[in-house]
Formats: sequence, C-alpha cells, structure tokens
Amino acid sequence: MDLGELASCLGSTSCVVTQVSAGLTIGMLLFLVASGLTLIFGVLGLVNFAHGTLYMLGAYFALSAYGATGSFLAAVLAGALGVALAGLVMERFLLSRIYGTDVLMQLLVCYAIILILDDVVKIVWGGDFLKMDLPEAFRRPPLLLAGGIVPFYYLVLFGITAAIALLLAFGMGHTRFGRTVRAAAVNPGMVGALGINTTVVYAAVFGIGALLAGLAGALSAPIRSVVPGAGVSILIESFIVTVIGGMGSIWGALAASLLLGFTRSFGSIGFPLFTEGLMFLIMALVLLVKPSGLAGKRQA
Amino acid sequence: MTWRGDALLALLAFAVLAGVALGLSAPSVLDFAIRFGIFGLLAMSLNLLIGTTGLVSFGHAAFFGAGAYAFGLLMQSGGWSIPMAILAAMAFSALLALVIGALCVRLSEIYFAFLTLAFQMLLHSLVLSWVSLTGGDQGLMGGIPKPPFLGIDLGNAQHLALFSAFCLLASVVALRQVVRSPFGAALRMLRDNPDRAAFLGLSVFRYRLAAFVIAGTFAGLAGVLMSLYVSGAFPTFLYWTTSGEAIFMIMLGGITVFLGPLAGAAIFLLLNDWITNITEHHGLVLGSILLVLVLGLRKGLLDFAVDAWRERQGRQA
Repeated sequence: MDLGELASCLGSTSCVVTQVSAGLTIGMLLFLVASGLTLIFGVLGLVNFAHGTLYMLGAYFALSAYGATGSFLAAVLAGALGVALAGLVMERFLLSRIYGTDVLMQLLVCYAIILILDDVVKIVWGGDFLKMDLPEAFRRPPLLLAGGIVPFYYLVLFGITAAIALLLAFGMGHTRFGRTVRAAAVNPGMVGALGINTTVVYAAVFGIGALLAGLAGALSAPIRSVVPGAGVSILIESFIVTVIGGMGSIWGALAASLLLGFTRSFGSIGFPLFTEGLMFLIMALVLLVKPSGLAGKRQA
Repeated sequence: MTWRGDALLALLAFAVLAGVALGLSAPSVLDFAIRFGIFGLLAMSLNLLIGTTGLVSFGHAAFFGAGAYAFGLLMQSGGWSIPMAILAAMAFSALLALVIGALCVRLSEIYFAFLTLAFQMLLHSLVLSWVSLTGGDQGLMGGIPKPPFLGIDLGNAQHLALFSAFCLLASVVALRQVVRSPFGAALRMLRDNPDRAAFLGLSVFRYRLAAFVIAGTFAGLAGVLMSLYVSGAFPTFLYWTTSGEAIFMIMLGGITVFLGPLAGAAIFLLLNDWITNITEHHGLVLGSILLVLVLGLRKGLLDFAVDAWRERQGRQA
C-alpha cells in the first residue's frame, strides 16, 4: 500500500490526466462487455457465464483478420460480427433450450461452452500469449494534456466506445426495437400476444450482447495480450459491474464500469497488490447497503 | 436406518475398501482410491448445497483450496501434529465459509452463483499475488512433512488411501446425519419453498449460512487430503475450473440421490483418465459430454436411472 504515492499523484495534474485517461479507457471497454451481460440477463433472464469467452473469441478473430488484411477496420468488424454470429449459433442451438430452467442448467451449459471454446481456440491459435500490432495509423506520438500523457490509441478507443454507448442508449430508449426489448424484459407473454415474435427478439438481444463482447475483445487486442482462458477475468469484472450497477440497467452498468476503471487506474498507484481486492470491497459494500445495485429496481 | 446402521454400513465399506487396497496394492489402484476419497468428498459436500439446499455454488473450490493451503502452511511451520493441523485447516475453511456465506446467501440464486464464483477468483488472485506466503503461481513448494501419528504414516500410499477412505466414509455418515435431521428437512424446505419456510418462522439466512459453512468445512477436509496427496498446494485448487469439475461430478451422478455425487466422482475420474490417455483436447471432449448430458437428459445419470426405474415400477403396479 502506498498512500503517499497516491496523494502525490492526485496533487499533480499531469498524473491525474494520465490516470483518468487510462481509467476511462479501461472502464469503457468493460462497459461494452458488461452492458451485453446485463442486457442479456435483463431480457432473457439468463446469466451468460460464457460472456467472457465471447470477448476472448473477439480478440482472436480480430487478430486473424488483421493478420490477413492488415486493416484495423476489418479486424474490428471481424471481431464484432464474427462473435455476433457465433453468439447467435450458441443461442439458437444451445441456450434457447434452457430458457426458464434453473441456474444449475444455465451454469452447466455455459461451463461446457467455455470448456469447448477454450480448447477450440487452443487448437486453432495455439496456447501462447499473442498480441495484435498497433495499426500504423494509430502509431502517433501520445497527446500531452496539461502535462499528462494520453496514448493516441486511447483516444480512438474512447471515441468508439462512447459512440457505441450513445447508440445503445438511444437504441434502447427511443427506437421501436428498443421499446419492444424493454417490454419483453417485463412481460414476454404480453409482447408475444401482441403479435411480436419473441424468439427473434431474444436471439437479437443475445446477438447484440455477443457483438458488444466481440467488439470489446477486438478493440483490446492491441493493448492486452490474447490467451486462451482470458475470458474469465473480464467475466468476473463485468459481473462486479452488474452487481454494483444493478442487473438489467444500462446506465448503472456505465456508471459502475467507469467507477471500476478509475479504481483500477488509481488503485494501481495507491494499492498495487490490492487493486482487485478494492473492486470486491466496493462490490461487497454495495451488496450490504443496496443489494439490488445502484440503479437496480428489482429485489436481488 | 439410524446413524448406527449408517456407521455399520460405512464400516463394512471401509473393510471392503481396506481389503481391496491392501490386497491389490498396485500403485494405480491406490492412486485412484486416494483421488476418489478427495473428489468424492468434495462432490458430496457441494451436493449439500446444490441438491439439498438448492444453493448453486460456483465457488466451492475456494474452501477446497483454503483447506489445502492452511494445512500445508501449518505442517511446514512445524510443531503441528497431523490431526491437529487437519482440525485447524477445517476450522479455517469453516471461518472463511462463514464470512463469504454471510455476504452471499442473502442473494437470489443467480447472484449467489456468480458471487461465490467471484469470491473464489478473488482468493485465487490473492494466492497468486501473496508470493511470500503461498509461493504464488509456483504453489506451496518444498513438500509437506508427514510425521506419523497413531501408527499411521501418510507418506505411505497404502496408509494414505485407507486414511482418505476413512475420511470420506466418516464424512458421508456425518453428512447423512445432517441431511436426515430436522435441520436437513428445513434445508429441503428452503430449496423447495423458501417463502413458506420464512412464513413458518425459519430464518432463511441462518439455515442457508449453516449449510454453507458445513459444506465449506467438508470441502476443506477434501483440500487437506489433496495437499497430502500431492504434498503441496497449488493455485489451481481454488481456480474456478475445480468448482466446475465438482459440479460436473454431481451432474454425472445425480443431485437427488444421496450417494449420487460419489458415483459421479468415480465416473468423472475414470472418464478424465481415459480422455487424458487418448487426447490432449480435454476440454473439448469433456465439454461435449457435458452438453449432451445436460441438454439430453436434463438431470444426472443416477437421477435419470432412478426416475426410469420408478416409472417402470409404477407401470407394473
């Protein structure tokens, strides 16, 4: 623990700027994964324990697409759309069979999916740590803001993730599809009775969730190492986000993701060994004070 | 049957096992007997939560690992006899289960499953980062001293096999008592209808917590046996895959039959050895089997067999 270090960082603008930019980036990437998890839970009532595995798959898809084409855009699209497709297959053939059953079934099916996909990834890409090269276009000198260093790629990341967050919020709040999804979350029977095909809605929601996870995986490939089994830690973090923000709430997920992002970036200065513990501490506090999460309505 | 009947049966089983283990002292048989004791106990303790209480824990290996590390560290510190260290390690697991359980058992099913998983991963990363105490990702190295007690030398594979069989059977008898007691009946009511249990004045929180602590304690004992078996403790003990394997075993056996998890553990170990022999793509094969089992049968093998048998009986009557 190094509180003096933390205090001196908080005292200097340059250090604050650097850490805030890092925290925002980590938080927004986390938000992409967590918002999918919370959306799927809110509408389908399914906890997708394999969500982190989709993230990992996105990183691998991006890696291969980048290697083949050399285009960053192609890599991101391959990660997002490829995983959305994989998610749709998963939903149609496996998960749709266990809607409405108990948690044990959900857990076992997801566990089986994780086992299989981790191995498939190992067969196709090997078990070593891989990393995607940063595209030429983003290899620019970092920005200097009030003395703080902000890597250029962080700006790109933040721009993309913020745009997606806005799109998601607008889509859920103000489009016909968004209203249908929200209605299906509350009363699927009624939505079905009104002539809307809920099967399609469910598949679409799962597809969107998978797409967000894949996108996050693809975007993180140049800054994090890609390795089989990498999905678990992001799964745990996304779950902490949903607990803090409240299951099913997009805004709660956004706030909690940013909170965790800052906890990570500033915590790594003040409590380098206890950063992870700090996140759990926040979660435990929220659970004790408001078990349904900051923005959650239903009783947990 | 009273507990005496159970104890008698267990004694009989022990005599048979002892006969087999001493008669066929082939290393592979002994090895399997030890692992069966360890994972049978882990699966049995987890089924007290899943099958009896209806709490789906995805973090049961936390207590398995806690028992292993506590025991290993105590024995390495010197001055502890094995029985005392075992009791202390179980007490440590129980205490840990009390703390984690107090935070988790209040929550709904889904939160419970995820939160137990999350706390287990916290412990896992704690073990990885606290290198000076736990040895980090190398695990607890240097071996675990096993001073003989009461003429039992756990460094000897035969003795260890008998000892783990004894621990397993004693725990099974104890768990059977728990399940059959009024307390066990209350746990089943919590599983089937928690609201009704609350209306009748049962404290849902306390009963669930008690079940969680009991299950954690026995998982701790399984962890102790594991650390005796490998003469060390490793971070994989409390990684989520170990919890997943325990649930897999229960699913292979069955959650409604009391001894189902034992059958599941045996099937899992045999399956595991067989798969390891034929392919390195372990997860692919195990995962596919699990998928077929879950989506096809929708229950454990023994559950399926028992239901099919009952149905046949019903048709004949």
